Amino acid sequence: MEPLVLHYDVSGTDFTCAGEASGKIKKTLKELGFPASLIRNVAIAVYEGEINLVIHGGGGVIDAEITPECISIVLTDQGPGIPDIALAMQEGYSTAPDNVRQLGFGAGMGLPNIKKYTDEMIIESEVGKGTTIRLKVFVK
Amino acid sequence: MKISEIKSILEADLICGEEFIENEVFTACGSDMMSDVLAYVKEQAVLLSGLVNPQVVRTAEMMDMKCIVFVRGKQPDEDIVELAKEREIVLLRTKFEMFTSCGLLYKNGLKGGCGV
Repeated sequence: MEPLVLHYDVSGTDFTCAGEASGKIKKTLKELGFPASLIRNVAIAVYEGEINLVIHGGGGVIDAEITPECISIVLTDQGPGIPDIALAMQEGYSTAPDNVRQLGFGAGMGLPNIKKYTDEMIIESEVGKGTTIRLKVFVK
Repeated sequence: MKISEIKSILEADLICGEEFIENEVFTACGSDMMSDVLAYVKEQAVLLSGLVNPQVVRTAEMMDMKCIVFVRGKQPDEDIVELAKEREIVLLRTKFEMFTSCGLLYKNGLKGGCGV
């Protein structure tokens, strides 16, 4: 069976739209009949990633590949990059500005949370060039 | 507890979702920090928040929550209400503060469960 491929552009300036792509991916998974707990895990991970694209990445793209065995998501931005990935992965570490905190985000939980809700998470980042995060959730 | 009971305990206004107000919910959590809701909340069906922006609805959507209670009399704008309607999430607004709202619901049998 051919995988279902989805692609979304995420605006870097419109915070109100952040979550639009995650919502669509969630809806698609629901229509395809995946288990509710798996859908929620994918939705939370992609949503956190999408918020990061807006807050840190200056926007970007989300690509999803769905098969009956695995949900693969790739989030890509051309933002400033992550100088120290290990540090960024620490719970509570955040470089988000105050205005982002006022919106309810920037607690330094985004990346650790993505890891928590996925089976595989690979971060590739280069300072000044951007960040790519590859996620996989396996259907058990 | 039915959502309609939450409305009555919190003397809340119904903003949208009248058709779902007799649905049953068992757990709730209160937070203005959506990051924490996404990180620590597990199966809660009701989100109490003093934060008013579209991301509150989106967070509830990702977490499969059924109802959002805006505390401290916070009024969401039309875009937020529209977003909640599309996602079949009930919106309520109470004049009570967060602590009081959570206390009233807890006292009446709604459980928490937030935690690491």
